[in-house]
Parts: sequence; structure tokens; C-alpha cells
Amino acid sequence: MAVLLNEDFTFIVQGITGREAVNLTRECLDFGSKIVGGVTPGRKGREVHGVPVFDTVEQAVENHGQAIDGAVVTVPPAFTKDAVFEAIENGIKLLVIVTERIPRRDVAEMVELANLRGARIIGPNCLGLITPGVAKMGGIGGPAKDAAKAYVAGSVGVMSRSGGMTTEISSTLTAAGLGVSTAISIGGDAIIGSTYAELMPLFDADEQTEAIVIYTEPGGRMEAELVEWREEAGSTMPIVAFMAGRFMDDEEMQGMSFGHAGTIVEGKEDSATEKIARLEASGIPVVERIDQIPDKVKEQLNG
Amino acid sequence: MRFYEYESRRLVELAGIPVTKYGFCTSAEEAQAAAEEIGGPVVIKSQVLTGGRMKAGGVKFADTPEQAASHAAEILELEIAGHMPVGVMVDPKAEVEQEYYAAVLWDGRAKRPMMLFSDMGGIDIEQVAEEHPDHVGRGHISNLHPISDYQAKEAVARCGMTGSELNRAAAILVRLARLQREYDMTLAEINPVARLADGSFVALDAHMEMEDEAVGRHKQVLGDIGVDLDEPRELYEPSEFERNVKAIDAADHRGVIQGKDHGFHGNIGLVIGAGGGSLTLTDAVRSQGGKPANYAEIGGNPSVAKSKGLAMEVLQKEGVEKIAVMMSIVSNTRVDIVARGVIKACLELGKDPAETIAIFRIPGAWEDEGYKILDRYGVEYCDRSVSMWEAAGRAVAKVQGEAS
Repeated sequence: MAVLLNEDFTFIVQGITGREAVNLTRECLDFGSKIVGGVTPGRKGREVHGVPVFDTVEQAVENHGQAIDGAVVTVPPAFTKDAVFEAIENGIKLLVIVTERIPRRDVAEMVELANLRGARIIGPNCLGLITPGVAKMGGIGGPAKDAAKAYVAGSVGVMSRSGGMTTEISSTLTAAGLGVSTAISIGGDAIIGSTYAELMPLFDADEQTEAIVIYTEPGGRMEAELVEWREEAGSTMPIVAFMAGRFMDDEEMQGMSFGHAGTIVEGKEDSATEKIARLEASGIPVVERIDQIPDKVKEQLNG
Repeated sequence: MRFYEYESRRLVELAGIPVTKYGFCTSAEEAQAAAEEIGGPVVIKSQVLTGGRMKAGGVKFADTPEQAASHAAEILELEIAGHMPVGVMVDPKAEVEQEYYAAVLWDGRAKRPMMLFSDMGGIDIEQVAEEHPDHVGRGHISNLHPISDYQAKEAVARCGMTGSELNRAAAILVRLARLQREYDMTLAEINPVARLADGSFVALDAHMEMEDEAVGRHKQVLGDIGVDLDEPRELYEPSEFERNVKAIDAADHRGVIQGKDHGFHGNIGLVIGAGGGSLTLTDAVRSQGGKPANYAEIGGNPSVAKSKGLAMEVLQKEGVEKIAVMMSIVSNTRVDIVARGVIKACLELGKDPAETIAIFRIPGAWEDEGYKILDRYGVEYCDRSVSMWEAAGRAVAKVQGEAS
């Protein structure tokens, strides 16, 4: 069992001939992922690390002879919406959007179409997801040998608004002997395809996952949504949170933006202080240091 | 991207929303002419990208064109919160029967734009929402379907309005919603919408913000309303440090570096990355009593020159003796390249890297090569077994040891 990925999961890479996409393809193949095609319009007939390149998603599906499960989208921001629509309308159900700086309206359109078609979007502005020992989809963790070092199969699910911090946290869990069930870099933008609350049911149903760690930042209302989901669903899975960007609460920092596009604080409710209070009140402890996470997780599991 | 009031007014006009006759003026003479054209009492408003105009004396009423000219002359010279106005707006002092509030903004949770309408306009909408929730009508808009009139009518009706007022208000709200979508506004607000004595509805004051990521696809309309895209629209003037880092970043397409020092007055120079790592490390330094001199973000795989450039800029800030070079585990950024860059920065400034780099904590891609270089210069470094918190703590201890 795993969240979203399994051994037979197939995906394509849209924009596969780009420099970053070529690296990502190598990394994923080395990690054991099944990439069944790549798409770059006008580049049909080429190969990237043995993966056949097509002009359209339709051709990739035709070549595969059956439905393809997922797509990693790494095309420039102006073309991302079109690529995502194309993938969804060709039956792809899981999309990882790596591209950053996509206007919010485009993201919202993609998410709405995905909902209509029963597809799911992870990202944008994310590194994808990884199930140690099974597959990775996206640049998460880097080259296969580095990814294998930071991510060892275990019992903790990770969801993070920061791609880099997904690996830092997972590495800490791995070093502490807890390991990672599935780690998802959910993206740092103001509107993303899948929030904590939207992914929680998958982790909740996953036999391998015993606890969750989330990395979060000021900005947005995703923590409030998580708290509400937890209460409504009656979920008892322990969650430990880490909140970065506490310094942004300082008066001198008001109105300034740091980090991700989604980190802009638009109201009192999105400040670090407010979020920490909300999470703590609902029984989700918020640690101050990454290196406190493993002990806090163990404490929650044993408590 | 933020807009001046007169630019927002022009956008509202382009969207087909009625406005009163107004003038944007950059001299007292123009303001006088505008007041004559409008006829009757007018209000002169400073055009600055900051709030608190009224309190600062940036808004004045005039009964005659001559008075309008003298007020305009004063306001054009008046600095407000560090900003000089780009001009003044001359508006009629409208005979308002009632004020309303109209806005369309993103609801991140619903992942859709939301229309807001209230018959209690002119005041802070958050206060209205809290104290008179039944006077605020809301409605979400699908991202995929065309925006229909009925959706605006529903939102207006939800705040308890009816009659011809409902139809007139809804006509404004639906146009505002189309404007918000077409021009990628993160906020499109008209406060107040006014009902005049003759029953007509006009937008008296509008506030627009366009998403930065979308500015590139709206060059046409921005040109039409007279926006100069090269003109900075920050909340504050960028510092020399901020300008220099930006220039270094722009000179080379490999990797990304960003630096900020507005609001930072400390003595620990931070050469840190990336988005989440920078936030985490800045917190870790401050929570352990350290005083950062700046904020920084290293992303992607910057060249040696770029890493060197960022480190040199940080080291040349007043009061900075040492830098802490730290990141979360990297897979794209190469550890050895950053190591080379920061050592070069020290050497070029005639500083000993071992003394100047308080700590180097970047684990990940090419770390062995990086650590070899750091060894050669006697720089203290650590791998992933040392947490971000602990690395930050060591840097703070070193800098404070020096200072005491």
C-alpha cells in the first residue's frame, strides 16, 4: 500500500526535452519509476534516456496501448495550462506541476477541470512526491542515490509547502529510524491543486502511514482547513507541524513578502502566531525545530 | 502589482463601470483646469502608493478652481510615508445618497474568485462583515464558465437589496468580476460605489492589484492606462544591498539569488536558501538570540560568480563581520559551487575564510567535493547530521563571541 503511487504506476513527462526535465527523467527512472513517454510538441521521434518523445499526449497514450496514470508537467508558465488540460482530457488522473510563477487564474482553471474529470493535481511550484522503495514522481530528493539516502521506507507521511524542506524533514525522520511512507511536496503557491486537508484522507486510509508531519508557512488558510477536516472526519492520526517564518510576524516585516508566492500574509488569520495557536488548540503540536520532529512524532504515537 | 488610484479608475472605466468626471493632474494649472471642467466643489487627492493620505494632509476639498490650484500645489510637494506623489486626482465632491461596497477577490480555499457586495460601503468591509454579516453578500465564480449576470444579482440580493437598486448594483458587480478575471487581479475593489441623487450608480474610489506573475500578459492594457513597467512599485525604496543583489542575479541566468535587508539591522550575514530553508534558518538564528543583517534565498544551481556575489554583498554590509552559509539538504544546488563562491568572496575582500565563515551547513549534491574545499581553507562545516537549528546556533555563538 502507498499513497497515490504504486509499483505499476505509469507516467509521462510533459516538456521532457527541457534541461531540468531531462535530469528529472533520469532521476525517476533510476529510482524505479515507470516513465512510459515524454511530450514536447515538434520533437516526436526523439528519445530521452530511452523514453520515447511524442508531439501530443494522445500519441503517448496510443503508443502505450492503455491509460497512463500520471504526468509530470515541466513546461514554461505560459504553456502550463494548455499542457495540463491536454493531459486531463487524455485520461490522466494524477498531475504533478513543477512549473513556478503560473498566474493564479490559470491554476484555478486547471484545478476546476481536474475536479470535473476526477483527476488530481499536486503543485504547482512543487517537487512532486516519493514513496521510498516504490517510485518517485518529480525532482523530489534529487538523484536516485541521494533520494534513497534521505528517504527510507517507514511509517510517517510528510506534506510540505517547501520542496527542499520535504527532504530535510524526511531525512530527519529517516535518521531517527521512523522512515517515510509517502512524502509530498504540495507547492508553495497561493492556490494549489491539493492541500493538506485534501490529501489527508489518502494518508488516513493508508495502512503504512501511522503519523503525519506537515511543514507550513504564514499565508493562506490551509491549516484551518486541515483542523476542520480532522474534526469532521474524526481522524485520530497524529499530526506534528513545523511552522517556518515566525519572524514575519515582526512589526518591521509587515506587508513584506518572503519565500513562496503563497507566503504573503493577507490578514491576521494567516500570521504564524495565529496558525500556531489554531493548530495547537486542535491537538496538532507545532515544534520550533526540525530536529524535534522525530521525538514529537514518537510521543504522539505512544501517547 | 499595485496601482495608483487614477490608474484603477481608468481600469474601472475600461470595464464599462460608470465613474464621475475626473482629472489626473501633475501641476496646479492642470488641477485648476480640471476643477473648472468639472464645475462645483471638488476634492484633490494625492496619488501615492500608500495608505493614510487623509491623515497626512494628502486629501483636500476646494470650492473654487483657484482653491483647487493652490491645494494641488501643496499636495504635489507633500511627501507621504516616504513617497512623493506622482500627481493629484481632481474629483467632484459628489452628492451621495448612499454608499456601497463591491469587490472581487480570490478565495484560496474555494480556489475560485469571490464576489462581495455590501450596502454599507465607504467603511472598512472587515468591520461590516464582523458586525453586520447580513449586510454582506457573497458569491463564488466558476473559473471555467463565462461570468453570468445572475451570479452578481444573487450576491447583491444576499445583502438584502431589491428594486432598481439591485439591478444597478449588479450591473457594476458583474463588470467588476469580468475585470478581475480578464486582468488577473488579486484584488478588484470599489469602495465606495455611490448612488447619486438622480439614482445613478458610480464608482467613486477603486483599488486594484494585479498578480505579478500575470503582468507580462497585460502589457497592452497597462500601456493604455499609462503604466510605466520600469517604474518600481515596492512598498519601500529598495536598498543598495537589494539593488546590487538583484543586478548580480540578473547578470547570469544560472540559479536564483535574492536578498532583502529592509527591517534587518543585525550583525550576522546570512547566505541561505531556498524558500522554506531561508524562512526556517532566519527563525533559527533569531530564536537563539542572533541578529540577522539580511534575508537571502539561494535557489536552483547558481554559478560560482553568483554565490560569490551574494556573499560579497552581505559581507560588505555595515556591521557584518561573519557570514553563516546554510541551506536545507539540496538536490539541485551544488554544494561545491556554493563553497567555492563564498570562499572566493572572502578572499577577494582580503578576509580569511576560516574566520569569516561562521558555519557552512549545506548537505546534499556534491557535498564531498564541497567539504574538501572547505577543509583546505579551514572553514567549519557540517553535514546533515547537524540540524539546521544547531548550525544556526553555532553561527550565533561565534558572532556573539566576537562581539563581546
